[in-house]
Amino acid sequence: MLGQRETRDRGRWIVVVLPYLWLAVFFLAPFIIVLKISLSQSVLAQPPYVPVLDLAAGWEGLKTFAAQLSLDSFRLLGSDSLYLLSYLKSLQVAAISTVILFVLGYPIAYGMARAPKAWQPMLVMAVVLPFWTSFLIRIYAWINILQRDGLLNDVLMWLRIIDAPAAWLSSDTAIYIGIVYSYLPFMVLPLYASLERMDESLLEAASDLGCPAWKAFWLITFPLSLPGVAAGALLSFIPIMGEFVIPDLLGGSESQMIGQTLWAEFFSNRDWPVASAIAITLLGLLLVPILFYERLQQRSLEGGRT
Amino acid sequence: MKRGPSPFNLVSLALGFAFLYLPIVILVIFSFNASRLVTVWGGWSLVWYRELLNDEAILSAAWISFRVAVLSATAATVLGTLAAVSLTRMGRFRGRLLFSGMVYAPLVMPEVITGLSLLLLFVALNVDRGFWTIVIAHTTLTTCFVTVIVQSRLIGFDRSLEEAAMDLGCPPFRTFMTITLPLIAPAIAAGWMLAFSLSLDDLVIASFTTGPGATTLPIRIYSEVRLGVKPEINAICTIMIAVVALGTIVSSLISKRGASQRERAALGAQV
Amino acid sequence: MATAVADEGADGTAPLIRFEAVSKHFGAVAAVETLTLDIAKGEFFALLGPSGCGKTTLLRMLAGFETPSAGRIFLGGENIVPVPPHRRPVNMMFQSYALFPHLTVEGNIAFGLRQENAGREEIATRVVEMLELTRLQGFGARKIHQLSGGQRQRVALARSLIKRPHVLLLDEPLAALDKKLRAETQFELMELQRKLGTTFVIVTHDQEEAMIVADRIAVMNQGRLMQVATPTEIYEQPNSRWVADFIGEVTIIEGRAAALGTIDSALGPLVVVNRDTGAGKTVWLALRPEKISMSAERPGGAKNAVAGTVHEIGYRGEMSAYKVRLGDGSLMKVSIANVNARGRPPYAEGDAVWLSWPPDAGIFLGS
Repeated sequence: MLGQRETRDRGRWIVVVLPYLWLAVFFLAPFIIVLKISLSQSVLAQPPYVPVLDLAAGWEGLKTFAAQLSLDSFRLLGSDSLYLLSYLKSLQVAAISTVILFVLGYPIAYGMARAPKAWQPMLVMAVVLPFWTSFLIRIYAWINILQRDGLLNDVLMWLRIIDAPAAWLSSDTAIYIGIVYSYLPFMVLPLYASLERMDESLLEAASDLGCPAWKAFWLITFPLSLPGVAAGALLSFIPIMGEFVIPDLLGGSESQMIGQTLWAEFFSNRDWPVASAIAITLLGLLLVPILFYERLQQRSLEGGRT
Repeated sequence: MKRGPSPFNLVSLALGFAFLYLPIVILVIFSFNASRLVTVWGGWSLVWYRELLNDEAILSAAWISFRVAVLSATAATVLGTLAAVSLTRMGRFRGRLLFSGMVYAPLVMPEVITGLSLLLLFVALNVDRGFWTIVIAHTTLTTCFVTVIVQSRLIGFDRSLEEAAMDLGCPPFRTFMTITLPLIAPAIAAGWMLAFSLSLDDLVIASFTTGPGATTLPIRIYSEVRLGVKPEINAICTIMIAVVALGTIVSSLISKRGASQRERAALGAQV
Repeated sequence: MATAVADEGADGTAPLIRFEAVSKHFGAVAAVETLTLDIAKGEFFALLGPSGCGKTTLLRMLAGFETPSAGRIFLGGENIVPVPPHRRPVNMMFQSYALFPHLTVEGNIAFGLRQENAGREEIATRVVEMLELTRLQGFGARKIHQLSGGQRQRVALARSLIKRPHVLLLDEPLAALDKKLRAETQFELMELQRKLGTTFVIVTHDQEEAMIVADRIAVMNQGRLMQVATPTEIYEQPNSRWVADFIGEVTIIEGRAAALGTIDSALGPLVVVNRDTGAGKTVWLALRPEKISMSAERPGGAKNAVAGTVHEIGYRGEMSAYKVRLGDGSLMKVSIANVNARGRPPYAEGDAVWLSWPPDAGIFLGS
């Protein structure tokens, strides 16, 4: 790159400092506050928690503050099975959805990569376009289709597959449909990117050495696409864990995903400490996958800089 | 992949895109349905669009959403471009690992966590929640998307163009502004558009960080949808889809023209 | 804005460019190793070597895009290592041309002058001057993607010369051109250099090119200088087996120095013109293929003659390259011009022939 003397130039540090500061204040610092609130207690007041850290009170204030912290919220999470079930439900939905996304998304991405070069940008745009229209709209569109007097039932009855309208909404099935529908681009695009990058001559060499096409796919194409698979899987699994809107609008009331539980604790019960504790625990569960994703990004960043 | 798509590829592509677009198509069609009920087709009609024009709540929510989206997208584009430049051009500075961690995390972080944490920050700082807190929240959320797009363009950028400019006497900053920036402009524009639609679309974070008088369109739609399907919703959704679709097509046409010119120039250099 | 460069005296004793013990490491790899080199003002100087030898790294250090790990670089007596590239009076023509795609031909060429805040009239005049110099009249308003490869190359040249730099660096500038265009451009470059008097430093891996255009060549290998001399000296008087083998074709015969003027080799005693080395030392004789005569009978009176059979013939049009298998099993390379208009080479594979050469035809090498 440029000589070291350039990077020492003070003026250029603005470039780094500006986004750095913003993210530190508005992304990183809030997590510390969430942690602090998770150790607080709920009260009927504004703000609805104690203790409130009063920096003006100096060291004494700090000590009283520390004394009032408690792990009650976390104990509640551990004792009430509601929370454990929510975490498990989220894990289940996220895991199954990711698998479904992979099974559905891979053929689409593969088809895109095999399409004539001239078509590919348009195909990419076609995958991205629904993503750019409102997420809420698309879930709402599914409500249209899945409701009792909606299109799906109409078609199924017309095809005489069922006799009476079935309840598709307010069910786990609806949640899966909604999630797979919304997150498909997140799986397809990274997969497509890594498949498209593959050198075609590798397949030609395999064929030249006597390897049939389907075998070449498993021995060469698929292993080389694994970074894309990992990226797509992480980009889906991690956010799905915390999903709120889809289970809320399409799911039933028997069980909740953890995102719904957090929402309910915060908005309905006004119990900020418990909501924060839920967030911290969720973050802890997701820490390993998030770090894994970071490492994937770092590696691709390094590869690009050479 | 020169051997071309197999029948299996074509079928999976067709099915995949049908799945993606079907609900949207149905929604658009039913926004023109004269009948209130989804099951009954009452003929083509613009009645719901007219109802929409009378619905104050939805219109003002749409206006607020639009303003929030424009402001946060612009701020996110500036910050995101700076972050992308930092990560690709600034070498190994201290704190780089933490910086890139902060930049990429929002991409995967569940929105309930980001929304909650931002709200608690605003409460702790005693900031009144409303229009501006949503703007700040959306900026924070969408910056990372801009960064990813701009950064991937910067990585593939032909550095010899920058070297040539400096060789001819152009100082590094001016080189960036007159050579690099114009050539990565399509990526920056794509980043802005992405940030814009993400902001326009966001429900969870807006719900956490909003205040009185700052109801965004998704919040409004969400509260209406919980009560059941309303055809006016179909109408506003169709309008939003049309706006975004038009914007995407226009911007991709513009960037394709510019890209194909540059592609020919770049290819020719290797002749 | 360019740093002032002291013009050297009329006797031209001080070199314009001096690399002083310059090294460049990339991690554990040493691209350039403690290299010292002088380049005189007004020279057309070539850096030649196989890929990975460090020639491009050296060029980029001169341009300012790489910083030496050790050592200093002097331009006109001043150490330019701390000077950033946009302030050096050095301009570069890039291998990929690096033309700005969003500017016209005129915009590209004028770019350097605009950085100096030159007046609009002056810029216009100088641009026209450059367009004429590079035979691009009338192309000013074209966009880059509308040009052919050869035209882009000339735009790149014009852009890099308009600021009248003290030194022009050329990074494999002709690599992308086809053979005929390359030959024409080589002569154009030489004429240009002579007309302008600018010091040119060219990096190339093409030996022929270096020999044609350059006043002096620096042959590099693995970050070190092997030999710095004129093309003739490098070809006719290589200083080592490596250089002899790298440049052109050669047959190298190993032997031991006997009495002055003789080498004992597997082919028998050979008569040479040699520098004094101790008797008994291992030495080598390098023979260029065009210096050897081939005949069907043993030439009478020849000081050096060996017998062999023609093993392989490579027909090259203007000459044929023969490989002759000698008595000790080694192969000797001989090239003979095809003067016979019928095109039939005088010898065929399997023919028994005699090869001979005068004592001063061989190059005596001690290393």
